[in-house]
Amino acid sequence: MNGRAQRMTDADMSPLDDTSTRTADSARSGAGRPRDIRVDLRLIADMVDPGSRVLDVGCGDGALLDFLTHEKGVDGRGIELSMDGVHRCVKQGLSVIQGDAEADLKDYPADAFDYVILGQTLQAMREPKRVLEHMVRIGRHAIVSFPNFGYWRIRFQLLVHGRMPVTEQLGYQWWETPNIHLCTIADFVELCRVAGVTIERGVIVNRAGRVTGSGYGGLTNLLGEQAVFLLRRG
Amino acid sequence: MSAPKPSVVAPADTGSNTGSLPGHRVRLGVTTPMRLDSGQELGPFTIAYQTYGTLNADRSNAVLICHALTGDHFVLDTHPITGKPGWWEMMVGPGKPVDTDRYFVICSNVIGGCMGSTGPAEIDPATGEPYGLNFPVITIADMVRAQTLLIDHLGIGQLFCVLGGSMGGMQVLEWASSYPERVFAAIPVASAARHSAQNIAFHEVGRQAIMADPDWCGGDYLRQGKRPHRGLAVARMAAHITYLSEPALHRKFGRNLQNRAQITYGFDADFQVESYLRHQGITFVERFDANSYLYITRAMDYFDLAADHDGVLANAFRHKGGSTPVRFCVASFTSDWLFPTPESRAVVHALNAVAANVSFVEIETDKGHDAFLLDEPEFHQVIRGFLEGCAEHRGLTARRRARSA
Repeated sequence: MNGRAQRMTDADMSPLDDTSTRTADSARSGAGRPRDIRVDLRLIADMVDPGSRVLDVGCGDGALLDFLTHEKGVDGRGIELSMDGVHRCVKQGLSVIQGDAEADLKDYPADAFDYVILGQTLQAMREPKRVLEHMVRIGRHAIVSFPNFGYWRIRFQLLVHGRMPVTEQLGYQWWETPNIHLCTIADFVELCRVAGVTIERGVIVNRAGRVTGSGYGGLTNLLGEQAVFLLRRG
Repeated sequence: MSAPKPSVVAPADTGSNTGSLPGHRVRLGVTTPMRLDSGQELGPFTIAYQTYGTLNADRSNAVLICHALTGDHFVLDTHPITGKPGWWEMMVGPGKPVDTDRYFVICSNVIGGCMGSTGPAEIDPATGEPYGLNFPVITIADMVRAQTLLIDHLGIGQLFCVLGGSMGGMQVLEWASSYPERVFAAIPVASAARHSAQNIAFHEVGRQAIMADPDWCGGDYLRQGKRPHRGLAVARMAAHITYLSEPALHRKFGRNLQNRAQITYGFDADFQVESYLRHQGITFVERFDANSYLYITRAMDYFDLAADHDGVLANAFRHKGGSTPVRFCVASFTSDWLFPTPESRAVVHALNAVAANVSFVEIETDKGHDAFLLDEPEFHQVIRGFLEGCAEHRGLTARRRARSA
C-alpha cells in the first residue's frame, strides 16, 4: 500500500480553492512557442520528459500529442476510438490508429514506451483495472488523469438534490453517460494498491486549475476536481 | 536535379505489341538473372515504368506507387489503349496528396504483367516464341525484387514512400518487411497481409473461366493466333462484382432495365447491371492478356506474409531485434468486402506488437474495394496529412511554390 495518502494530514492542504500559490500555469514548461492546451493536458505534459516515447490512449483530436511532439520533441503515438478524432490526428501528421484501447493494448510489447497516457478516459473503460495493468506493462510510466467523483460539488448535488450529479466536467445525464466507472481520488489510490501499481506523483487541481495539495485523501478528495497521477508498475 | 536518364531499350517485337507503348523501359537482370521464389531464374527481363516530378539532389523524395492486379504504370497518363485518364489522378499530381511538385513519383508495371514489363505474352529469348505457360510462376516478393532492381538502376537508396492499394498494398507490405531500410514510409491501402480463402476462391473462378475458353489453347493462344476473350471477359465480370458493394450496385443500377420498358423473357441483358458488367468484360480484354491474369492472380493467392515469418505476422516487422523503422499509414474502407477492415487491422495489430510507428484509418464509404481509386476526399486528406508529417520527419522541404507568377 502506498503510504503517502496516510501520512498526509488535512493540515497540509489549503482548505480554500484559491489560496494555493502553485498553479498549473506556473508549472508549465516554457520551451518553444506557447501552445494553448487544457489545464489537465498541461499537467500531464509536465510529467513527460522531453524526447521520450509516448503512447496517448484515447488521444481525441490529438491536442496533447501535438503539444508533446512540438514542445517536448517526443516520439508520440495515439489510439482513438472515434473515426473523426483519428482522421483529424492523421491529417495533421500524428501517428494515430483507430482502435479500442481495451482490445488493442494487449498487442503492445512490455516497455514499448516511456509513458502511456490515459487522459480523462479511465472512467469510460469497461475494465479500468485491466487497462491500468496494461498501461504499466507497456510503459515504464503511466499517466492517468480523471475527474474526481469525490469533489464537493458532486457530493453536494447527490446529497442535497438526491439526483445523479451533472457538472461542467461530467455533463451527461445518467442514462446517456459514457462514464460508467467513475471514482474518487481515494478510490483510485485503492485501485493502484490492488493492482500493484506504484504512485510516483499525484497532482490534484481545483476548479480554477490550481493545485490543491499533494495528498490523496480527506480534504484533497473533497476539494480536488481533477487528478493526474504518474504511475509505474511494482 | 532531374532523374537519371533511363536506359531505354529497343521495343521488343512481342505478341502483345507493348513495344510501342509510351513510358520508360529498362532491361534488368542482364549480368545476373533474378532468382525467383519458385527457384527458377528470370533474366534478362524488361521493366516498363513511368516517372512524374523531379528527383531532388539527395535523392530523398522518391515515391514508388505499386499498382493493383489489372493496373499498370500509367498513373497520370491518358491510357495508351483505352484512352481513359490515368488511374490515380485523384491521388497523384501537382498539388495532389502525392504532390508531383514535391515528390519524384515512380510506378512500374509488375513482372508477369502485360503493359511492357516481361510477362507471359512477351517473347522468351530462349525460344523466340511468347512465353505462354513457360513463364515462371511469380510471387508478390518477386514483383518487389524486380522493383528493387529498378530503384537501384535509378540510383535511389531509400524510397521516401511506397504506396498502393489492393495487390499494390501487398507489395507495399512486402517492401516494408523485406527492405525496411529502403523505405521511409509505407501506405498499404485496402489490402491484406495474406490472400483469404474467399479471395483465392474468386480468383479460381476467374482462372477457370479463362481456361474453359477453347481459344485459350492450353495457354498457347498467341502462337495459334487466337485470344480467349470470352473466358477473360467472364473472369473480369466476376472479379468486378467483388470490387463494388451491394449498396453501390443498388445506387448505380437498382433493378433498372437497359433501354427497354419491360423484361423480355429471354437472356439478353435486360438489366442495366448486366449491360454494365458485359461492357466491363468486353473492354477489359482489349487491354489485358489472359495468361497475365492467371499469373498475377496466382501471385496474390500465394501471398502470406506471416507464413514467411514462422506464422507470426509481427515477425515480418521486426528489424535488428527491435521494431521496423518504417512509418506506416494503413487505410481500409467500410464497404470493402474483398479486403475488409479486419485484414488491415490484423496488420495494425502486428505493427503494434513491435511498437512500430503506425497510423490506421477506416474510411466510411459505400463504394467497396474500388473506393481507393475513387473520389474519397477524407481518404485523400488523410494521405496528404500523413505524407506531410513524414516529410517533416524526413527533412524534406515544403512544397515548391507554383511556378507561374
